This record gives sequence, structure tokens and C-alpha cells, in this order.
Amino acid sequence: MRNIKNFEALWWGLFSAGGVVAAFLVPIHIILSGLGAPLGWLEDSPQVYQLWPVRLYLFVLIALPLFHCAHRIYHTLPEIGLKVISKPLAVLCYGGSLVGTLVTVWVVASL
Amino acid sequence: MSEETITLNVTRFRPGQDSEPVLQSYTIPYRKDWVVLDALNHIKDWVDQTLSYRWSCRMGVCGSCGMMVNGEPKLTCSAFLREYYPNPVTVEPLVNFPVMRDLVVDMSDFMDKLKSVKPWLIREEEKPVSEGEYLQSPAQLGVYKQFSLCINCMLCYAACPVYGLEPDFIGPAALALAHRYNEDSRDQGKEQRREVIASNEGTWDCTFVGECSVVCPKHVDPAAAIQRLKVDNTKSWIKSLLLPKGGRA
Repeated sequence: MRNIKNFEALWWGLFSAGGVVAAFLVPIHIILSGLGAPLGWLEDSPQVYQLWPVRLYLFVLIALPLFHCAHRIYHTLPEIGLKVISKPLAVLCYGGSLVGTLVTVWVVASL
Repeated sequence: MSEETITLNVTRFRPGQDSEPVLQSYTIPYRKDWVVLDALNHIKDWVDQTLSYRWSCRMGVCGSCGMMVNGEPKLTCSAFLREYYPNPVTVEPLVNFPVMRDLVVDMSDFMDKLKSVKPWLIREEEKPVSEGEYLQSPAQLGVYKQFSLCINCMLCYAACPVYGLEPDFIGPAALALAHRYNEDSRDQGKEQRREVIASNEGTWDCTFVGECSVVCPKHVDPAAAIQRLKVDNTKSWIKSLLLPKGGRA
């Protein structure tokens, strides 16, 4: 059976990948950029952000957790009684994460 | 010395007599080696013969005596009174199921769901008996053994908030069993189970609350089984997009 129409696998896949990034990369990044750079443990140079691997890293760091967030919120809202408006909520949650992804692309490309 | 006693507040619901379930109190002798099921049997034998509940093995194997004990889904044969004494113990039927009488719930929805995932070995073609048994190594057994220990006690359904909200959700035990057969090296029925497993009412309704695994008396870990099924569904979905015929010949 081709379950090509069931996009839940896509959203869950992105949610799952976003969860890994949010759990492992985001805390490390917060320590490095939020503490390490201001306290002078590491040197923060603007040139670093010109490198494409760094831009790719930032894209992954920002975009994937957006989908994690969208999927979690979308599946939580029906549980507090908002099931009747689940379709508009899906558009809002997943649409929001897609818009966020496009904005991230624009931001990291123009660094 | 006066005898120690304990109070059990037990749900009563007699169709045709009660309009809704009510709690009835029974004060009975307390024995520190008694479980809640022993207390119910004492009530049935000596206090009130009209009390209805299911039980069979009284040793955590048959899965019949699952009830809500002080609000938690438990096998009453494994819940010792001493964990609650001297406080009263409230015994109610498993939540999320229709009550038939007193502590007896209607299991038919669970039985239908169990059947829908085809929890048996499926072969494309059975080999003749003369060719011998289907051999399996200890490592192949190890892949699914944990998920085969389910006793169908339905505690996980009572613990699952998703099942409470979405009655169509296939639910923890049935999905864990689907995973158990999918992972069995002798089985070839994965594709036949996929339609149910990969549907919204299958794995995707699960929001990984994890309470099913907390209450499971046999440590089956249905939540982990469902997560693995989700990974499998996602891989299969990607394959169906990228490969001709979904990667299957």
C-alpha cells in the first residue's frame, strides 16, 4: 500500500528530528553563544557566519525545532477541547513553521 | 485487642436498579498479606454476594482483575492492602471503558481493536509440516520478546489519556502486539498490518504521554513499541515517495 497521502509521517518525522535538535543542539548552542562568547571563552567573529556549513547548522538549529513546536502544540490543543477547529489549527501550526523556515532561509542566506 | 479493619469503597452499578455507578463502603478485617483482590473475595464470600468483578489466576498472569485502585489502574491481585492501610481504599472499574455491572467493564472495543492488527503469525505461504518448524535464534527472539509478554489486562487503555479522548485510537496493547508480530522473524504480515498501524487511529493518534508503560504490570513498554512503529511508518512513507512501487517489488 502506498501511504503517500498520509502526511502525518512527514510532520512526525520533522517533529522527531526537531526534538533531537531541541534536546541536544539547542542547549549546547545556548551555552556557547549565550555564555561562552559573552564571557570570552570563545572568540565570536562575524566571519564565521559567512561559512556555508555554519549557515546550514543555523538553519537546522532554528527550522527543525519550529516543526517540533508546531506538531506538539497541534496535538495538545485538541486535548484541551479545541478539536472542532483542528483543521485551522493545523494550518496555523504547520503553516507557521513553514513560514518560519522560509524566514530562516532568508536570514541565514543574507548573513 | 480489637481486630484491625480497613475500609474499601467499591463502585456498585446494578443495571435496572442504579441509574449511575455509586460507591459502597465495606469495612472488613485487615490482613497485611492480603491484596485488594483478597479483600474483594472476602466481601463476596462473607459480606455481599451480589458484588461482581472479574478475576482468575490471582498471580498476575491472566490479566482479568485490572481495576482502578485509588484512581490508578492496577492488577488487584498485585496491589497489597498494606500499601494503603490505614487509609481507605477506593476500588472502581477501569476508566475509559463502559461499565457493565459493578467492577466489570465491557471489553468488546478492545477485543475488536486487538483483532484489527492481526496479532498472529502471517506467512505468505505455509511450508509443509514435513519441512519442520520455523527456526529462530535467541537474538531473533530477543527482538520482540518483551512485547510478547502482554496479558491483555487493559490497564494501559485506562491509563491512556488519548484513548479517553479518542475512542477510535487503536491503543497501546494492540499496537504493542502489532509491533511484536512485525518484529518476529517468522512473520511476513507487516504489509497487511500497515493500513491499520499507519492510519491516524493507529500510531499517529499517540502523543507519547507514556502512562501506558508506567502502569504496565509486565513491563511491556507499549510507548516504546508505538515510537518504533512511528519510525517504521515514516521510513516506509519516505520510501513510498522516493522509490517506484514504494520500494516493494
